[in-house]
Amino acid sequence: MIPRIYIPGDSGALALGAEKVAKTIAKELAERGIEAKIVRNGSRGAYFLEPMVEVATANGRVAYGPVKPSDVKSLFDSGFLTGSPHKRWLGAPDKIPFLAKQTRLTFARCGINDPLSLDAYKALGGLKGLQNAVAMAPLDIVKQVTESGLRGRGGAGFPTGIKWKTVLDTAGERKYIVCNADEGDSATFADRMIMEGDPFVLIEGMTIAGIATGATKGFVYIRSEYPHAVATMNRAVEVARKAGVLGVSVLGSPNGFDMEIRVGAGAYVCGEETSLLNSLEGKRGVVRAKPPLPAIQGLFGKPTVINNVISLASVPIIMDKGAAFYKDYGMGRSRGTIPIQIAGNVKHGGLFEAAFGMTLGEIVDDIGGGTATGRPVKAVQVGGPLGAYFPRALFDTPFDYEAFAAKDGLIGHAGITVFDDTADMLKQARFAMEFCAIESCGKCTPCRIGSTRGVETIDRLAAGIEPEKNLALVADLCNTMKFGSLCALGGFTPYPVMSSITHFPEDFKPAPARVAAE
Amino acid sequence: MTMQPASTEITSRTAAIVQELKDLEGPLLPILHGIQEEFGHVPHDALPVIADGLNLSRAEVHGVVTFYHDFRAKPAGRHVLKLCQAEACQSMGSDAVAAKIKQLLGIGFHETTRDGSVTLEPVYCLGLCACSPSAMLDGEVIGRLDDEKIEEIVAEVRS
Repeated sequence: MIPRIYIPGDSGALALGAEKVAKTIAKELAERGIEAKIVRNGSRGAYFLEPMVEVATANGRVAYGPVKPSDVKSLFDSGFLTGSPHKRWLGAPDKIPFLAKQTRLTFARCGINDPLSLDAYKALGGLKGLQNAVAMAPLDIVKQVTESGLRGRGGAGFPTGIKWKTVLDTAGERKYIVCNADEGDSATFADRMIMEGDPFVLIEGMTIAGIATGATKGFVYIRSEYPHAVATMNRAVEVARKAGVLGVSVLGSPNGFDMEIRVGAGAYVCGEETSLLNSLEGKRGVVRAKPPLPAIQGLFGKPTVINNVISLASVPIIMDKGAAFYKDYGMGRSRGTIPIQIAGNVKHGGLFEAAFGMTLGEIVDDIGGGTATGRPVKAVQVGGPLGAYFPRALFDTPFDYEAFAAKDGLIGHAGITVFDDTADMLKQARFAMEFCAIESCGKCTPCRIGSTRGVETIDRLAAGIEPEKNLALVADLCNTMKFGSLCALGGFTPYPVMSSITHFPEDFKPAPARVAAE
Repeated sequence: MTMQPASTEITSRTAAIVQELKDLEGPLLPILHGIQEEFGHVPHDALPVIADGLNLSRAEVHGVVTFYHDFRAKPAGRHVLKLCQAEACQSMGSDAVAAKIKQLLGIGFHETTRDGSVTLEPVYCLGLCACSPSAMLDGEVIGRLDDEKIEEIVAEVRS
């Protein structure tokens, strides 16, 4: 058997030097005259161990990481091709605690094989959901997705099945499935990882959505900051077309479905569904008022399902294993699993898929291992730039849509940014306003102008000018933005601002007055 | 310095891109990406050609081009360095990284060095949030920026 060496081609691994490692390994193989196959897999998501190189041995996979180019020679010397010990030896990848503790449903295949091998995809259970779906009536597919309890993973948490039902029930000679892959929230990379590491699961999920709702055309709108995801998705669509997964006859059924990959142009607000639709249509990415809902009048005025990548990528397993299987995981009204992305100043950063219900403290301290700097955790921002900052005092909050809402926060796209005790929460609150000002589409006055006034008011606070008055002004401004903006950009910017003020009031107190020089 | 093509050349090359892509559903963004890839920016002279090809007003095309951060009105430097300035990178000191790079290159964000070697831009998230602070140099991703990597980047863009 020719040895197989797996070296991730995922952006995160590339950012940590995977390409150099791959080149060094290839060179070493050539110099030593060893015949081996290098497979570029996706990432399993344990970024603190990337680049994580795996070898297939007689006793299963053995992982080594984080591997530096300078480790390669000694890896060969110690016989890593047969899984021998080395200072970078990690053992079987699925036994690495960070990975072993996860419940991988959506990410079951991510990072294991060549993402563009449809055979590898099928070998690990791929396409089973779609095979079931093509034999079902559309309404039954919609029912199964509804019963699974799947809710929009982009952040809004709207039940996916109900959205699909609206599109199914709306008459239209043409309907669309739009995948929102404009993953702009800081701390989130789940969409990127799945598009780079298991693109067929997204294609399968979108195709099922098409069959369920009568839509025949899909678009994946990927942000331009993700060139690798764009490339992988484009190639995967080609492969799926050739294999008859996409096309006029999906898996030989009478259902037709095809899709295109589209690229954004650096506007954060296009992650909001109605501005994304405008952008796809070739317009300015300005938010639309709802109603009409996109499900009724969406892309080009046609009935449109618009779902996040992870929502769509979670559909195949629901159609494969059943609604009850998926629904069995989770808590309360948050069913199934959620890929939590642990990011920022954290020791064990990466993607951790788990059933809903873990507490924030378990995620940050036990799984994340505390800060990378070794200093105490001061705050964590949950849900990206529009999410609230949580202090340690709220670390008992369980990961659940409703539980976070009850604490004036949101889980959003499930990204968590950890900050150590050097963080200045006034600065973070200011940044939230500044970011809103940079990215506002301009439609709603409270967002367009309020954000700029917010920056100025926080600057006055920082300068110690009339602190009480200005603090009250910020609160009032946040209230106006929250209730006076059409979308979450203006409406949720108050979350990071007000949570900083509420939980970290000491950072907003005026600096001790300097002793006046005589 | 990047040579600016003559306006007739812009017109003809733009017309070819418009012709190739105009039958897509919602063709404007793919066309603008195509033009930026062709010229390195979206030249002013390209706008009437696009407007004509898609039956839009020039104002509409101008409105779309200027809405999106990606589309440039002028050519960038030979290298484009994007530094992530979003929260996850902030938590790992992206402010200090940006300050150091600005000082080493002698330019601020949205500026190009006088020799045209590099344009520096902020970016709000590259999806490398577990490898912060991160950057993108000419489309190549770089994570866990430290002094050594910063110096490598600066040396590369200056060479």
